[in-house]
Amino acid sequence: MFSDFDFDVIARSARYLLVDGLGFTLTLTALATAGGVVFGTLLALARLSSLPLLPRVAGLYVNVLRSLPLVLVIFWFYFLVPYIGQWTTGASRPIQVGAFWSALITFTLFEAAYFCEIIRAGIQSIPRGQIAAGQALGLTYAQVTTTIVLPQAFRTMLPVLLTQTIVLFQDTSLVYVISITDLLGAAAKVAQRDGRLVEMYLFAAAIYFVISLTASLLVKRLQARIAIIR
Amino acid sequence: MRVTTLAAALLAASAICGGAQAQDLTGTLKKIKETGSITLGTRDSSVPFSYLDDKQQPIGYAMDLCGRIVEAVKDELKLAKLDVKLNPVTSATRIPLMANGTIDLECGSTTNNVERQQQVSFTITHFLTASRWVTKKSANIKKLTDLKGKTVVSTAGTTNIKQLNEANAAQNLGINIVAAKDHAEAFLMVETDRAVAFVMDDILLAGLVAASKAPAAYEISEDGLSKPEPYGIMLRRDDPAFKKVVDAAMSKIYTSGEITKIYDKWFMNPVPPKNLNLNVPMSAGLKKLMTKPTDSPNPDDY
Amino acid sequence: MNYNWNWGIFFQPSPEGAGTYLGMLVTGLQWTVVTALCSWALAFTLGSIVGIVRTLPQAWARRLGDAYVELFRNIPVLVQMFLWFFVLPELLPQAAGMWVKQLPNAPFWTAVVCLGFFTSARVAEQVRAGILALSRGQSMAGLALGLTRAQTYRHVLLPMAYRIVMPPLTSEFLNNLKNTSVALTIGLLELTARARAIQEFSFQVFEAFTAATVVYLLINLVVVGAMSLLERRLRVPGFIMAK
Repeated sequence: MFSDFDFDVIARSARYLLVDGLGFTLTLTALATAGGVVFGTLLALARLSSLPLLPRVAGLYVNVLRSLPLVLVIFWFYFLVPYIGQWTTGASRPIQVGAFWSALITFTLFEAAYFCEIIRAGIQSIPRGQIAAGQALGLTYAQVTTTIVLPQAFRTMLPVLLTQTIVLFQDTSLVYVISITDLLGAAAKVAQRDGRLVEMYLFAAAIYFVISLTASLLVKRLQARIAIIR
Repeated sequence: MRVTTLAAALLAASAICGGAQAQDLTGTLKKIKETGSITLGTRDSSVPFSYLDDKQQPIGYAMDLCGRIVEAVKDELKLAKLDVKLNPVTSATRIPLMANGTIDLECGSTTNNVERQQQVSFTITHFLTASRWVTKKSANIKKLTDLKGKTVVSTAGTTNIKQLNEANAAQNLGINIVAAKDHAEAFLMVETDRAVAFVMDDILLAGLVAASKAPAAYEISEDGLSKPEPYGIMLRRDDPAFKKVVDAAMSKIYTSGEITKIYDKWFMNPVPPKNLNLNVPMSAGLKKLMTKPTDSPNPDDY
Repeated sequence: MNYNWNWGIFFQPSPEGAGTYLGMLVTGLQWTVVTALCSWALAFTLGSIVGIVRTLPQAWARRLGDAYVELFRNIPVLVQMFLWFFVLPELLPQAAGMWVKQLPNAPFWTAVVCLGFFTSARVAEQVRAGILALSRGQSMAGLALGLTRAQTYRHVLLPMAYRIVMPPLTSEFLNNLKNTSVALTIGLLELTARARAIQEFSFQVFEAFTAATVVYLLINLVVVGAMSLLERRLRVPGFIMAK
């Protein structure tokens, strides 16, 4: 069954697949995780804030995005982001956003909704007494949040946050639908050009598998270590 | 040329102003002047109009034409340097991405028709092609009715899939229509027997067949779903100043006869990546454009 | 904004002849729902089996179950979709491969199988967690009463475990429903694909996607509402629920 399996096509296109394709996937994953955690933290604080309206707005945002398939959100943002840019900056024409930035913005905004819920759970796991103690010491909201609440929340939630990052890494493959060259996009382009889809898709699957598995095993080890400390 | 009164007025106005100062410029020209860059929408597998070569760089007939247009824009704006950015598009994303400003020119194989002109604009026609289908010879499909009840693929967002849908409904054929993301993916479905036929512009089918593993195994239908329709390089709607520059550049390519050279390079000679020769001589309709360039969406004008 | 809004588009006839653009959305919704339900049935069955296997005393069985979960969890669902659709038939003997490819509604069956396996790994995780959340005394008590291991699972462990993991299973169900949209890449004409097709035929991008968005939100509301009702009905008195 593997008699006409062409390993050569993998060797020939390895540079393109790994440098252009996987490079894009990893860059997008790293930047979107960073952006998603920052925005997700802000959303979590907004959801837990005692200000009027703010928790509702943040909650609506999170629940709407979590109800939608990522594929639909990718289409939405690819077409919508330039208009949003125009609207937020007051420019006279839609802001030109390249494929990479569009993907980055989409994943940051989408995954922030998921990161938000993880961080919110982390914050809620901290005893209220600690916040009261901080306030009693005369610390401001910002000081309590950044020096007492968030460090502990992140620490508790680190394994879950990392697991979500692995999910994000796999999710980036969906940029295929807008023809961006990520790992899967690169594999598909070679597969279609050379008619070598069996080799290319199996190769891409193997790479995703190895990276995700390694990462999730590392997360498990981390989880065990954190569990001992606490 | 189809030019509305308003556009004519604006054209005249822009002609008086000339193309010098940035503050006089509007729309796309202003944007290009300010940013020093222009973004071209490119395709993955529209052979030989716009497709990826061995190094995964977009090349092709429409890319060459766009190159000439970019030069003309650069001269018009008197720019020392114009940065050309490339953004991949699919049949399904090209029109929204044009409207939302992601791309400034779409260099591919987009059919110019009246419906699309409500959303975007086209410059002078660069090719004429009819909608047909490709099948494996072994499937023995001769007429449209032979496709009754079978699975047929076409590319999402094309005029072809729309025509196929309309024919399917009108003639009650019960064809199971599947939409693929791009031409290569659609052809792959025929190659792997997922679909019996692929409905597309005949020239694109010829390119895909020529590049396939076994070109002799396929045949392109005699029957078509449409008359030969014009392809045009796409630009934003309601931007007469930019369209004027682009149209002028295209007209020059035709009237100077340069078109023959560019055309022959892609249709009469071996092209990368597999050095295949499509051997499609210039059609009579296209030749007519050399004396009378037009951007008409009406197939009967050619 | 250089865009012609036209909300009336949904009542205009679609180029597919048989109805309006609204009709296209409705058939899309039907495919989404049917695909989600069928794949969920498969995922729930497989996931329960694997989840149970992972709590058995036999180490080799647990390891096999773990390997199953890791395999399906660590490959993106879109890649799995391509493996089932494009790669698998090529690896089968030619006649079998041809049969698979020429199945009527091949994208639908592929999506059901692919999502079924993909989601089953997640269901297995939840079922396992639910069983492990019960105190060990429960299974010991069952065995001490003379029940076989199968009976202990059937009558003691599983009824409690499923109730405990109902909330996470609900969200897995919703994830599975959302994942049906990935099948548009293999030609399944589900809701997102139909919204995209409306955009392509009519060029009304924002109207089409807005409509699909609203439909997804409604489905979510309905499912979440129904599940919380069900949870309340199935609550075991005196037992503290996970929620």
